[in-house]
Amino acid sequence: MHLIQQIFFIICAGVAIYLFAKKVGSIRRNILLGRDEDLNDNPGARWKNMTLLALGQKKMFKKPVPALLHIAVYVGFIIINAEVAEIILDGILGKHRLFAPFLGPVYGYLIGFFEILAVLVLVSCAIFLIRRNILHVRRLWMKELNGWPKSDANYILITEIVLMSLLLTMNAADQILQARGVEHYLATSPFWVSSHLTGLFDGMSTGALIALERTCWWLHIVGILAFLNYLPYSKHFHIILAFPNAYYTRLIPQGEMKNMKDIQNEVLYMMQPELAPPPAEGAPAQHRFGAKDVQDLSWKNLLDAYSCTECGRCTSSCPANLTGKALSPRKIMMDTRDRLEEVGRNIDKNKEFQDDGKSLVHDYITVEELRACTTCNACVEACPVGIEPLSIINQLRRYLVMEESNSPQEWNLMFSNIENNMAPWKFSPDERDRWAEEMGAS
Amino acid sequence: MAEYAANGEMPEVLFWVGCAGSFDQRAQRITKAFATILDKVGVKFAILGKEEMCTGDPARRAGNEFLFQMMAYNNIQTMNMYGIQKIVTACPHCFNILKNEYPALGGNYEVIHHTTFLQQLINDGRVRLKEAGGFKGKKITYHDSCYLGRANNIYEAPRAVLEALDVELVEMKRCRTNGLCCGAGGAQMFKEEEAGDTRVNWDRTAEAVETGAKVIAANCPFCTTMLVDGVKKQEKEDDIAVLDIAEMVAQSLAD
Repeated sequence: MHLIQQIFFIICAGVAIYLFAKKVGSIRRNILLGRDEDLNDNPGARWKNMTLLALGQKKMFKKPVPALLHIAVYVGFIIINAEVAEIILDGILGKHRLFAPFLGPVYGYLIGFFEILAVLVLVSCAIFLIRRNILHVRRLWMKELNGWPKSDANYILITEIVLMSLLLTMNAADQILQARGVEHYLATSPFWVSSHLTGLFDGMSTGALIALERTCWWLHIVGILAFLNYLPYSKHFHIILAFPNAYYTRLIPQGEMKNMKDIQNEVLYMMQPELAPPPAEGAPAQHRFGAKDVQDLSWKNLLDAYSCTECGRCTSSCPANLTGKALSPRKIMMDTRDRLEEVGRNIDKNKEFQDDGKSLVHDYITVEELRACTTCNACVEACPVGIEPLSIINQLRRYLVMEESNSPQEWNLMFSNIENNMAPWKFSPDERDRWAEEMGAS
Repeated sequence: MAEYAANGEMPEVLFWVGCAGSFDQRAQRITKAFATILDKVGVKFAILGKEEMCTGDPARRAGNEFLFQMMAYNNIQTMNMYGIQKIVTACPHCFNILKNEYPALGGNYEVIHHTTFLQQLINDGRVRLKEAGGFKGKKITYHDSCYLGRANNIYEAPRAVLEALDVELVEMKRCRTNGLCCGAGGAQMFKEEEAGDTRVNWDRTAEAVETGAKVIAANCPFCTTMLVDGVKKQEKEDDIAVLDIAEMVAQSLAD
């Protein structure tokens, strides 16, 4: 009987890990569809960012209440994983509480500590559910979250509550079985939380308790394996990608826009034709200026999209969004991910990307949204994991203006003023220093 | 600058005036105030005058990289020809693009925003302020421009200047890294806002007015325009002034 359970467990774990690795592989491929960008400079500063932003959650503390709740879930999640290690080894080896004999009374304290964390996770998730579904916190109740994004968030929170409840129920049943001296249920020192829950199950027969304990054990671990596979389809994938994303986040000042070397050279060769290289044989076809679709963005923009957990801190600090414009930086990230997933499915089906007549601009992100951005960097500043919605907005704007000549009349006027009068307004360049003449005269 | 070059001299600093500072009537007053301060304390400075061109910032932010590159090419040619080392500018958009984006194109200069420059002049004792200046003890709020603040992490220098003016600084709820944009950046200055419930500058000015401040201090000609417009919208133009920090310093210079 034990052997069958062991084999079944190993198959479950194996299949779960295989499926997870496969999906992660396809996400990695999708991210690498983006343009190359070398972000391996200055590892010291990058490790520091990862430590402060991802591990230390520095930016979360701009909003202290959700930050504290989030840190409870996060710390709980990481530390309780130590117990999951034991559970997995138990499952493979057919043992029960493998570590208990080695740790003596310390084992009980450790489990007790995990249980306190489990309660904190449970309570925090419950409060998160209330904030989302009853209090309707604005950034968690916006129209771009209708449908799957809202359900996704609720599934994650409910799953975590269920997993923690299973853990506590399992431990409570275990404690009663220990007290009754049932075989396999090694006596430990009392667990801090579940020892108070034994009253709930005291009336049950030993057989029923063993069944309860085993059922909870199986549901808990299978639940964790299933949740692992849910992650890459969900916004919750941020628990993994927050780390690389914070590592690769921007080190240069937020105000600096990336240079377009090919356009710089084109202007240079126009001004100084002697510097232009002779046309090379079989020169690569001209690629597009700016970004029309996800493949035109950098791989870091695409990593950003998968790292986004749709918390909406960007959108709730965006001046355009706050004043009722169509732009929402969070939606920019969600659209980028949705389109990238679509492109990925297209490649899975056709071996290579077949034009589907769609693109990130127009089909996902509208011109009106892009036009509303003031490039104020509030969204970039707000993101706890170093995502840059502005970088995507800027590249899409470049495509609109340079490839589609799609700009409002006022901007066209501004462009032609700069070109002809060297200023965005229609003033004569001769008047540029009139203020100085006026000063000199006074 | 041409005159300095003709005499074989080098100024201490090049004052990059910017298009707003050169042509916009409101911003010209900021330019004149800053130039007055430099004159008064004896900073040898030059301007490019008619040779200065738009940095290309609004074009680049709107997406027109070609136009930006053309403007940058010409400006860098001019400044490198004169051997410019150090630039001060009263516009955070010019500041950002000269400091962060020209180096990749071969324009390497030490670039300082005028609020930082003023702070240095005060610290060095070159700018001396009146004991009881007009702003002493006055309730004043400070609006962080995006391109000085978040874009370049300069939050303290302008506040240090206000402190030197002995004002009572009342912060808006959204300040420093959380500061709200005035609505002009990203080339919005040059077009109508997209459809929405309200305008960004109205929202921001309402927040500034709520602090009860008599002066809204700014560091950017575009913010100044937007805030002036916002104050008018609230019909408070007789009670609340929008002033650039340079104008406040110029009004408080000791004789």
